[in-house]
Amino acid sequence: MTELIQTYWLYFLVGQYPKGPLGGLALTVLLAGLALVLALPLGVALGLARVSPFRIIRWPVTALVFTVRGVPLLMVVFWAYFFLPSVTGVKTDQFGTMLIALVVFDGAYLAEIVRAGIRGVPKGQFESARSLGLSYAQTMRRVILPQALRHMLPSLVNQFVATIKETSLGYIIGLTEVSFIAAQINTQVFTRGTEVYLLLGLTYFVLCFGLSRFAFWLEQRLARRKDLQPLPQPLKASA
Amino acid sequence: MPPFDFALLQHGQYHDWLVSGLWVSLLLAGLTLVFALPLAVLVALLRISPLALLRWLGAAYVEGIRNVPLLAHLLFWYFGAPELLPEAARQWLYAGNIELASAVVALTLYTAAYMAEDIRSGIRAIPLVQFEAGRALGFGFLATMRRVILPQALRVTVPPLISQTLNLWKNTSIATVIGVAEMMYQAAKVESTSFRSVEAFAFATSAYLAVSLVITGLGAWYHHRYPVRTA
Amino acid sequence: MIRFDQVNKWFGSYQALLDINETIAEGEVVVVCGPSGSGKSTLIRTINRLEAIQSGTISIGGQDIHRKGLDVNAFRSHIGFVFQQFNLFPHLSAIDNCTLAPMALKRLSPTVARERALALLDRVGLAHKANAYPSELSGGQQQRVAIARALAMQPPIMLFDEPTSALDPEMVGEVLLVIRDLVRDGMTLVVVTHEMGFAREVAHRVLFMDQGRVLERATPDDFFNRPQHPRAQQFLSDIRTPFAVA
Repeated sequence: MTELIQTYWLYFLVGQYPKGPLGGLALTVLLAGLALVLALPLGVALGLARVSPFRIIRWPVTALVFTVRGVPLLMVVFWAYFFLPSVTGVKTDQFGTMLIALVVFDGAYLAEIVRAGIRGVPKGQFESARSLGLSYAQTMRRVILPQALRHMLPSLVNQFVATIKETSLGYIIGLTEVSFIAAQINTQVFTRGTEVYLLLGLTYFVLCFGLSRFAFWLEQRLARRKDLQPLPQPLKASA
Repeated sequence: MPPFDFALLQHGQYHDWLVSGLWVSLLLAGLTLVFALPLAVLVALLRISPLALLRWLGAAYVEGIRNVPLLAHLLFWYFGAPELLPEAARQWLYAGNIELASAVVALTLYTAAYMAEDIRSGIRAIPLVQFEAGRALGFGFLATMRRVILPQALRVTVPPLISQTLNLWKNTSIATVIGVAEMMYQAAKVESTSFRSVEAFAFATSAYLAVSLVITGLGAWYHHRYPVRTA
Repeated sequence: MIRFDQVNKWFGSYQALLDINETIAEGEVVVVCGPSGSGKSTLIRTINRLEAIQSGTISIGGQDIHRKGLDVNAFRSHIGFVFQQFNLFPHLSAIDNCTLAPMALKRLSPTVARERALALLDRVGLAHKANAYPSELSGGQQQRVAIARALAMQPPIMLFDEPTSALDPEMVGEVLLVIRDLVRDGMTLVVVTHEMGFAREVAHRVLFMDQGRVLERATPDDFFNRPQHPRAQQFLSDIRTPFAVA
């Protein structure tokens, strides 16, 4: 196995770069990172829409989120791959297609995380902000969302881990991310499938497990921050 | 773009392909569920075992599987693992439906890892005193689990398990990568032969949504019919 | 200044307020008391529209405050509300809690807002805790910051919904002192509380409620020494009054 690693480690890590487009593990991480960064504002927007008091905003977004969450990610990838060029008129490459699919898919999942985060903020926060005279929008922006998002931080790291795994679907549309590269290596060495794919698994494991540990550590760190303590719930006296 | 051709979806060769794809997806999900549930219970029990070695084994299984994408699992079981088998077994497998076999193995191991965690949470939700009461009556570890804990844990566990079933249903789509003729595979095949991408993917999308709805509905019904009752 | 006219409120089929007719004059300090479920919190929450009403009118300064088309946010910025649960914003320091609304709504510059907030925190005895976060403050301290936060908007009316009910006994006094201090400024205060000693000392009038109705309204002296309504008599004999004077 070691000679396998020695021969192909660079290809595995960065694909054909610089003699070709970026690939391999670097591409996987880049794609996942970019997708999450773009999906987050979308997720917040959709999450806010999901709790909106206006039905005309809430219902269509709920339908959209349920549809995206009810189909496999691969379906979303195929939508993007087959329909986006005809809708936008622009022929997107595999990276673009995968990126768009991931942003839409993760955005829908993040919407639910954001919605849960907002719901998790005690109702009294909302009431006291409104009692001061802050509008719904101001209350969301300055009081509710800052609290919801801070508490969501470990979930976001976990979502990053999930997104890294999701990038593997790029294989199916020919994106040269790390699984695709592994398959390429396999066709070259041919009789060492077990080793190649074990190495692939190990790579993902180290990356994802490492990030999960980081999320855990982050959660511990955040639990100690002064501005993040859940307030001690006072005894609720009768009304 | 040519107008939507409903006829395509109702009869004819493309229709047959798509419907057969749906059946294969359902078969894949069903087979996986049958194998994954018992495996998940086993792994969950490993994780809460009083023996440290067994606990470690369970944890290693769960973390090892969950941190690797399903696609990589499928690639391994289809391209990698058969090499390790003795020649005779391999021939037998290749003669049969190796794609489906590899997919079931990969999906089972993957799904069981997630379900094991949900079952473990369910067991942990039962107060420790229940376990102690069972032991006090003279039941061993496994017997207590079987007679006292698991029946109670079931109610708490079913909703997350239904959620995992939903994930399983969606994950069957990835089996296309090793050539299993499930729905995505067939939809892509229809697209490449007829260029009718809208019809093919509309069928696939509706089918996935419909089954997802049924599974979610099942979960809601169960929650309504068997609410969690604490002591 | 605050007027209730035949006000009725239901939560679904449960009637929480029945035929409320009351007037609270400018500069008056009114204490609302009564047993649990009597509707006292509901009553006070209708004043700043945290609860809606189904019939009758509530007017402040002659204006129907539950009418459609009222700018609720502007309206609320002129009424201070202090909650039983304090509801300080945990992600902001004490002083930031107090400057949030003035900066966002009155468009005060940060410097001016901070100056005013600091003065208010000083008034409630917590200037030294300006940069502390709510998680670092005791219950009594949090409630005092909450009062400063409400005062930062310079409202003519302050509403208190059981401000000390969630506090440990030793912290009740410090909060009541702050509220008493406000009385001297001639603010209109409506306080829902169980603290009878406080009511006796500070209130101009006491309203006794039970089951959604105002059963008795009297001066503290009359109410505590010569309660008229049998339900009020029963209530007073049921509760301990540590400040009671025979």
